[in-house]
Amino acid sequence: MVYGLVLLGLLLGLWQSAAGAGGKGKGDGIPGPAVVARTAWTMLSDPFYDRGPNDKGFGLQLASSLGRLASGYLAASVVAILLGVALGSSPTLFRAVNPFIQVLKPISPLAWMPLFLYTIKNSGQAAVLVIFMSSLWPTLANTAFGVASIRRDYLNVARLLQLSWPRRFVQVILPAAAPAILAGLRISIGSAWVAIVAAEMLIGGTGVGYFVWNEWNNLALDSVLFAILAIGLVGVVLDLGLGRVARLVAYSE
Amino acid sequence: MYLQIDHVSKFFPAPDGRHRVCVFRDVAFGIERGEFLTMVGHSGCGKSTLLNIVAGLETASSGGVVLEGREVRGAGRDRMVVFQNFSLMPWLSVFQNVRLAVRAAFPDWSRAQVREWTQRYVEMVGLAGAEAKRPAALSGGMRQRVGLARAFSTEPKVLLLDEPFAQIDALTRGVIQEELVRMWTAMRNTVFMVTHDVDEAILLSDRIALMTNGPDARLAEIVEVKLPRPRSRASIIDDPEYGRLRSHIIHFLVERSRLIQEEQGREASVLAREPVTT
Repeated sequence: MVYGLVLLGLLLGLWQSAAGAGGKGKGDGIPGPAVVARTAWTMLSDPFYDRGPNDKGFGLQLASSLGRLASGYLAASVVAILLGVALGSSPTLFRAVNPFIQVLKPISPLAWMPLFLYTIKNSGQAAVLVIFMSSLWPTLANTAFGVASIRRDYLNVARLLQLSWPRRFVQVILPAAAPAILAGLRISIGSAWVAIVAAEMLIGGTGVGYFVWNEWNNLALDSVLFAILAIGLVGVVLDLGLGRVARLVAYSE
Repeated sequence: MYLQIDHVSKFFPAPDGRHRVCVFRDVAFGIERGEFLTMVGHSGCGKSTLLNIVAGLETASSGGVVLEGREVRGAGRDRMVVFQNFSLMPWLSVFQNVRLAVRAAFPDWSRAQVREWTQRYVEMVGLAGAEAKRPAALSGGMRQRVGLARAFSTEPKVLLLDEPFAQIDALTRGVIQEELVRMWTAMRNTVFMVTHDVDEAILLSDRIALMTNGPDARLAEIVEVKLPRPRSRASIIDDPEYGRLRSHIIHFLVERSRLIQEEQGREASVLAREPVTT
């Protein structure tokens, strides 16, 4: 904790000296921490104003990004968990599908953007689909692995009790694989948050990514720096939230 | 016979892939309704495999299992297993582990009925107060109590005990064995148990089936336990019948189980590795 504070002080000092004398106002070199803090204060004191398409409060931008994140990420998680359970339960299916996954996985989610824009002709939905693609693979791979390594004993008990398929899914397979699934969900939300900034820079309109690009066009580097910090902090909060859930579903044998 | 093990044999594929190895061959016996039959044999004679075949978790290579005149296919709630390694769900509490089984066994019951029934069995095995604990927080003996409660609570036609006390320390084992005697005396389930603990077999069983050594094990003989019930370890230890039975079984395990296998040896070397025909 103490070391962390010392390091923070050092970093702020470095930043200030790098900003140098120029960091006083807009378009005048890299703004220093004091300027960015002032910008942050103005932005956060009125986060939800809306003065037309190119001038919205930072809170509104963040909310629109989080909204996209939520819909893309939730849809991807449901698909990835269901498909992962299927792949993890059937080695044959896994061997059949795995080559396709290996080819699709390394594709940057942004590479899909033109295809999505062309097919659905709606930039907002295209961005959501990019989030979907970026948060699909880690959850899918972890779920398949987690389900495949469920101890036979638990499945044998489920067989003896003749649990119906939905019951076996909810009461045995999901809780048994939950730690692995959560590990995947945690990686996924990280990569989704990384992808959304880039996607929003491309599609424009709303969102923190668009905000960063717009402020760069205004040469308002203080706002850009503030947005960068805010994006990082939101990422930490998302990760901590899923970390909490991971602790809830953890079990020891 | 209530439960009929009808000339069951089990083969596994040999590592070379062209032959198969016989675990046991042509095992046939019956268990009466309400009877406690134990199978004793050395490791590798396939007794746990046979129990899994009765449970429906594995399939016989030939022969079959008949319960109440009907051939058993696959697992079913009429046969519940108490596992050597307990096989409790580690993410569920003691109460939830038993309730999972009760819900499955009595799907029409209301929540209150399920709760009451579950509580009854948790208390029957002496785990009142530990309902909310997870298995990881329990000793081996307490975990197997949960295993027993889970199996008994479904009121199965046949209870299958797969070396249930092998992973429990000796002192606790005695206590739980006597609890099992008490529960079985009250419920009179039909029980098929496998073990390599001779004293455990004598204490609990009506009859004891002796297997020769594997591979290619056979059922050698079935001995009757003529000790009066109710039994406890203290009451049977001085009974001359106990000593006679014990030495008979131990002699069998030490000498005869191997001799019989060797007598079969000439035959077995040909038969045990037979080409896969089907």
